[in-house]
Amino acid sequence: MLIRAELGVLRQTRWYEYASRFLFGGLVTVLTGLIAKEFGAVFAGLFLAFPAIFPASATLIEKHESEKGERAGISGKRRGRRMAGIDAAGAALGCIGLVAFAVITWQMLLRISTTLTLFLATMAWCGISVLAWFIWRQLLPAN
Amino acid sequence: MAEILIRFVVGGLVVSAFALLSDMLKPKSFAGVFGAAPSVALATISLTVVKDGAPYAAMEARSMIVGAVSFFVYSCVVSRVMLRGAWPALPVASFSLLLWTACTLGIWYIALR
Repeated sequence: MLIRAELGVLRQTRWYEYASRFLFGGLVTVLTGLIAKEFGAVFAGLFLAFPAIFPASATLIEKHESEKGERAGISGKRRGRRMAGIDAAGAALGCIGLVAFAVITWQMLLRISTTLTLFLATMAWCGISVLAWFIWRQLLPAN
Repeated sequence: MAEILIRFVVGGLVVSAFALLSDMLKPKSFAGVFGAAPSVALATISLTVVKDGAPYAAMEARSMIVGAVSFFVYSCVVSRVMLRGAWPALPVASFSLLLWTACTLGIWYIALR
């Protein structure tokens, strides 16, 4: 199956769904800063990989895919939940890249500029996650 | 107050951008990869370097490894439960955050404290 982008999907998302993600993202970033101030960098760093918007995103996927399923005349609820599960499996693969992001940032931040560090770390996250996804697809083609 | 506001806006924007990308992409398993994007880290680390310096931010990044490992465990469990189709997404994904917390605090206690 080919990777593609569907811009039409964005029209299905309501304004409050966008707002809730903005809110959760902003709150976790603020929270990380406040935790760092109170408990120090070692503890605050744990929250840099907090699944902040995961519950909101999973709920959205379940809702949209259920509606799509019902329009097609198949059991919407089950389809929605299954698609949310597949999305979570993808997130697990993204986490492998996330570990690489953290290791590169930790190791490079004191050696090169912040911009270059974050660029390299983001590229590593992207490359490793996509590679993990391709390998996973080869092993489990049904997904 | 200004710093909190900047953090809120930058964090909200970066997280929303990755979420938007995830919405558009197909197949869903590939889109899911963007659910584990380093969005909060990207928003936080540059602000931390400016305010507290690179060594402080590097220390945060080291702890982030623990959070990312817990995120892996969390998403594996959520995926497995959701694929059974018995429970709705919101309670499963929200309740499982306790697993992320337990896993993170456990590793932190053993390895980083």
